[in-house]
Formats: sequence, C-alpha cells, structure tokens
Amino acid sequence: MKALLVGEYREGKLLASSYELVAFAKKLGAEMALFVVGNESQLPKIDGKVYLADAAQAGEYNPDLHKQLLLDVIAKEQPDTVVFSHSSYGWDLAPRVAAALKVGQVSEVVDVVDGAFIVPSCNSKLRRSIKPKTARCVVTLQAGAFSFSGEPAGTPTLEKVATAGTARTEFGGYEVAEKGGVDLTKAQIIVSAGRGVGKKENVEIIAKLAAAFGGELGASRPVVDSGWVDHSRQVGTTGQTVSPKLYVACGISGAIQHLAGMKKSDFLVAINKDKDAPIGEVADVLVVADVLQFAPALIERLKG
Amino acid sequence: MKILVCIKQVPDMESKFKIGTEGIWYNEADLAWRMNEYDEYAVEQAVQLKEQVGGDTDLVVLSIGPERVKETMKKALAMGCERGVHVHDDAYYKKDPFEIASIIAEYAKDQGFDLIFTGMQSQDRGSAQVGILVGELLGLPAVSTIVDFTFADGAISVKRELEGGLKALVKLQAPALVTCQLGLNTPRYPTLPNIMKAKKKELTSVPVGDLLKVEEMVKVEKMFVPEKRSGGLVLEGDVKDLADKLVQILKEKTTVLK
Repeated sequence: MKALLVGEYREGKLLASSYELVAFAKKLGAEMALFVVGNESQLPKIDGKVYLADAAQAGEYNPDLHKQLLLDVIAKEQPDTVVFSHSSYGWDLAPRVAAALKVGQVSEVVDVVDGAFIVPSCNSKLRRSIKPKTARCVVTLQAGAFSFSGEPAGTPTLEKVATAGTARTEFGGYEVAEKGGVDLTKAQIIVSAGRGVGKKENVEIIAKLAAAFGGELGASRPVVDSGWVDHSRQVGTTGQTVSPKLYVACGISGAIQHLAGMKKSDFLVAINKDKDAPIGEVADVLVVADVLQFAPALIERLKG
Repeated sequence: MKILVCIKQVPDMESKFKIGTEGIWYNEADLAWRMNEYDEYAVEQAVQLKEQVGGDTDLVVLSIGPERVKETMKKALAMGCERGVHVHDDAYYKKDPFEIASIIAEYAKDQGFDLIFTGMQSQDRGSAQVGILVGELLGLPAVSTIVDFTFADGAISVKRELEGGLKALVKLQAPALVTCQLGLNTPRYPTLPNIMKAKKKELTSVPVGDLLKVEEMVKVEKMFVPEKRSGGLVLEGDVKDLADKLVQILKEKTTVLK
C-alpha cells in the first residue's frame, strides 16, 4: 500500500494541513511519498521521498502545470492512493488528476472503516461509506479529520521536479480581505448570528445579546454573503478562527466550514430550533428554541 | 454566444433525514425540494452574462433527475435562462460524480458552449468534483470556487476563494468552465411576469440512457445516520425557563458570568 500525499504551500509557506495527510497515511499503514509545489526553504519534515516543484516556476495556483507535474510523479511512484486536503487547492486539483488517471475519487473523507471511506452528506447530518471500484484512487480529506499529533520531525529525501508544459490559466496574485476594525480572535465572548435569524433586521437582536454578554458579534458565512453583517465578523474557514471562553451560535446549523473556525472555544452554546442541527454535535449546551424568541428572554435575564 | 448552466435539485438541508429502503440514499418522501444553493449563484451569473453580451445569446439550463427536478428548472427559466434540458434519470442518486459529469459532457460536446457555469458543489453530496470533471472531459480550462466574475470579449477574470479571507486572481479565455461559490452575486427572485413567461419556455426531456456511456468509478456501500456525540446538554421548553437554566449553567461552567 503506497500513498502519494499532495502537500500545499500558500504565499511561500508550507501549510500545516499537509501533515494531516501524513496522519492519514499513518492510519492506513501506507508507505508514503509527498509531492508539493513550493520552495526549498520550508521542506515538509517527513522521513520519505519529497518531490518538490518550484512555485516560482509553476505558480502556487496553476492547475494545468500542477496536474502535469503530479502525473509525472504518479507515473514514477505508482501509488495506490493519491491524497489531497479537501481545500480550495485540493478540491480543484484532485478531480483533474482522477480524470487523467481514469480512476475514482472520494471527496472529504472523515474516516476509513474496513477499507471504505466515510464521507459526510447533507450538511453532516448523514454519512456515506464509499469504496473505489478502480485499483487506484484519489481522495481528499476533510480539514481536521485526521489530526497530526506531536511535532513534525523527519528528514526528507528531496527530488526536484519540473515541467515544460503550458497553462491555460494565468494566476495574477492574491487579494487579501480588507481588515475591518474587529479582531474576534481576542474576544472572550462571541455571539454569532447564522442564517436562522431569518433577515437582516433580526441581526440587531443578536447584536444586543452580544452586548448583554459584554461580547462581540460574530456571523456565519451566509449572513455575511447576504450583506447582513460585515465580513470582518465572519467566523469560519474563510473568515476568522476564534477561541473565546464562550461562543454562542444563534441560528447556525453547524457547517464544517463554520465549526473549523470556532471549535476551539472553551464553552459552546447553540441556539437552534432544529434539534438535529449538526451544531448540536459539538455544542456543550443546545437550546432548542427560536432564537428570535429566546434571545430577548436571555437578554432580559442577563440584565436582571 | 452559447452558455450552459448545470443545476441540481436538492432537499432543504433543515429537513429531518431518514435512510431509504435501499440503504444507500436518504428517503425522499416528505422532503421539500429546492435549487442547490451554489447553483443559484451559477444561474444568476449566467443570466448576468447573457444580459451583458445581449444579442441572440443561447442560455441553456441542464439538470439530471426525476420528473420533479423540472420544478427547479422552471425557477432557472424564470430567472432568465432561455431553455431547459432535463436529463430524465430516476436512478440519479446511484450515479457517481464521474457518471454525472460524463452525462453532462456527453450532452455539451460538439455544441460549442463558450461558457459553462456550475455550482462548486451540491449541498447533499458535496463532492465538489462534477464541475471540474466536466471541464476535464470537454478539454476546457476550468476554475473552481469563484466569488467574482468578469467577462470582456472572451477574456475572463475571476477571483477564487481560498481559506482565511484570501482570494486568488485568475485570468483565462473562453471557452471555459467555472464553478460558483456562495456570495458570487445576489441571485434574483423570479418576478411573477417572468414566472408566467417561463411556463412557455422550451423544456425538453432526454432519457439518461441516451447520454450515459460510462460506468461508475466508486460504489456507495451504505448511507447512515452518524452516532450522536454524547455529552452535550439539550434544553427544551418555555423560553423564559430556558433562559434561567442557561444562565445558571453558564455561571457554573464558565468564568464569563459573575
């Protein structure tokens, strides 16, 4: 059993998520090699082969070239499984590689049971158990599902790879979200509004609840996308990652992208009228109620 | 100009899901169906592009599934798509992402679409594979997870959403495929006159057998409800009592309330 791991660099830095791929390979008991487009100054600390393509030449986002580089390495390594993070990089590149190899792909794997990959479905309310029918397969791993414990250590055997291919897309650099005035990472208490608040006007009652707690207002992605709350208050994968003493999730169903941004909170209260909402899985306390009715009652109680 | 937008009908994610009798999919009885959220942004962007380039732009909406998916397709038509192609497949849930992508590619090949829009993933399966696979099968450059799209004379500029608030700027040339992320635009609500007009728009059905030429690459063994993580306290009842109970708990378990 041999796994080829596809690591990730962003703005010249090796992403820590690359080690989650290592944890996955270890769990499978697989022999591993790692492919990454990055630079030599930050090599992954693993005992094994590392194929490195220079990001200065191949670019950090260049699917055509990255695919070609990876296919060359796959031809050489002959792995049974090609492993990506289920990230903006991984979910973009993995299907291209699967299509070129004519093999099956299983996305967002959270576990492996008896050789079958377990993946979430319907906002994590359900799971599916999937087996590839092809001898070789491609998988992407849910962020945080396979955690790497301890400090990465190891000395890789480095092999540099390059390709002379041409690309059909042109990467024009990164755009950083404008920083608002709010740094939620320092907040002790965060009260976040989710889609369940219903409409923009209702955000005010959540803001009042945050004030009654002496905390900051946060928000989930749909609320920010709808323009109800500024992006600087977004908690989750594409927003801020927070770890307050108390996190109150109001009308937030608990999509993995949101959970990734707040699961390190010391104490998590979820207010949701859906008793089966996935947020209930991680909450210390789930209050089953309509947040628009419950929030005023709680504000009243906090004031009294 | 020719534009294709691919959409999926999915259940409301707030539904209470049960496993169906075959054990590989959810029970579809009593579910409320709607357009996959990501696809609403794809439809909106396709309609905006049609409005921008004008002329006799052909904007086709495609969906795969049983008879009921036509209802969701009518919404896309009411939003501004010109005509619909319904790939009739009652066993759609047994198809893996490769089969779904192959069906779409088989339909789209040789038709000369300048742009293909899809959602970046579906809400029920969330594989995020189908759009990119369609691009690969058709030999088109594809960019996933876009949150900004501009088009001028065949030149496409997009922003890809990455993690932590970062976006990547990417340029490419049509013909191309893009997969749409939430927040790309503001999907319009169909107006009543447009809903009426949509009823007269062309909506053809094609049996899936005409387009499916491949076999699945992965097999779903079972679908199941995950075990509930125990430990969390569930409070139910009158809101005033709930507020009292919660404050009591917070005083005991945290240091944030005096």
